[in-house]
Amino acid sequence: MAPSPAGATAPVNYLLHLADNAVVLGQRNAEWCGHGPILEEDLALANMSLDLIGQARLLYQQVASRLGAGATEDTLAYFRDVPEFRNYTLLELPHRGPLVGYARSDMDYGTTIARNFLYSAFMVPLWQQLQACGDAMLEAISAKSLKEASYHLRHARDWLVRLGDGTDESHARMQAAVGHLMPYTQEYWTASALEQEALQAGIRIDWSQLSADWNALVDDALQEATLERPPATGHITEGKTGVHSEHLGFLLAEMQSLARAHPGATW
Amino acid sequence: MDTSLEEVWAALDGVVDPEIPVVTLRELGILRDIRVGPHGLEIVITPTYSGCPAMDQMADDVRTALHERGLEGTVVTQLAPAWTTDWISEAAREKLRAYGIAPPQAACVPSARSGHETAHQRVLHFMPRAAAGHPVAVSCPRCGSPNTVESSRFGSTACKALYKCLNCQEPFDYFKPY
Repeated sequence: MAPSPAGATAPVNYLLHLADNAVVLGQRNAEWCGHGPILEEDLALANMSLDLIGQARLLYQQVASRLGAGATEDTLAYFRDVPEFRNYTLLELPHRGPLVGYARSDMDYGTTIARNFLYSAFMVPLWQQLQACGDAMLEAISAKSLKEASYHLRHARDWLVRLGDGTDESHARMQAAVGHLMPYTQEYWTASALEQEALQAGIRIDWSQLSADWNALVDDALQEATLERPPATGHITEGKTGVHSEHLGFLLAEMQSLARAHPGATW
Repeated sequence: MDTSLEEVWAALDGVVDPEIPVVTLRELGILRDIRVGPHGLEIVITPTYSGCPAMDQMADDVRTALHERGLEGTVVTQLAPAWTTDWISEAAREKLRAYGIAPPQAACVPSARSGHETAHQRVLHFMPRAAAGHPVAVSCPRCGSPNTVESSRFGSTACKALYKCLNCQEPFDYFKPY
């Protein structure tokens, strides 16, 4: 595939997609802060959320400067509603298996780890490609984010193997979590206006290479974790087009309520 | 003009990292450049981790140091090239060690443009299976023993991991390669 031409400009919607992915997972994982299964994991999740929210800030700042008209990183994070968020549905799901709506259960660390793995294994090769996407600012953000995503992948992969190849209980829960989440990864690979628009703007992503990289990482890790690779079939989610699960609204309500209660407040 | 830029460098030489006050921003490679832009003096800094909460404090400290010497300038944040722990000076590494933080080894993530490996190969290279649980030996900053073990890959700040020395039994921070 030909490299992207220098001087390309990533579309605002694509930058928002990358930013929303990062902020939604960052917010979701921050729910473990103070509740981690062990102190070290509590710190790890909080640190990774900090990385993700930092990546989102860099991207939102870039979008805000493009949009002008009073847009800031804060208006983008705190004053957009569910249909305007362009994150993958995978990233907004709660830390538990398939339960409907308001149903409550304990948070499941296996689900957290499986999601972090499926996402960071996708972002490492994507950031690698975006380092040479032709948009200088996105290249710079990608180079930074790649370093952080590599640490996140290493963390998630370690725990995937540890829990998968662990006790009967941890193996069963890890297998269930991977089985629950794998179908949501179909959204990575379905074309939408988002990817189309990026391509037209000159941001060329080699999707077959990306898919090969991701599949290799997933197969290798699952094998070492003694887990079976579940099928990715069924309903294909469309969070990146703004059609979300019922879970995103609750997440945003918690994230945005303070900013909306005191608009313009500073500290 | 050169003299005045030198003065600015001198003025900012005393600005230390807010979380590791034994090393300066210049030694850490965070203070990248001082130049004269269209609107006056520009102090170029580069963020460490994307979400490092100390960045705002660093920019504030730079402004304060300028004001103390009656200088006016703008703090400019520059993302590329991305900060790497490889930029930490030798002197700073020694200061980190003396402070009780094991300095970083060579950065572990190669540039995407440096080779033809796939992401898959690179990530596995990043953590070879044989080395899992036994990353490159990090020497204890207190007793120098390489007989150490990683307790947690994420420590008190995003840039540090938590280690324990099996020789002197002391826990210590390791500045992660980035």
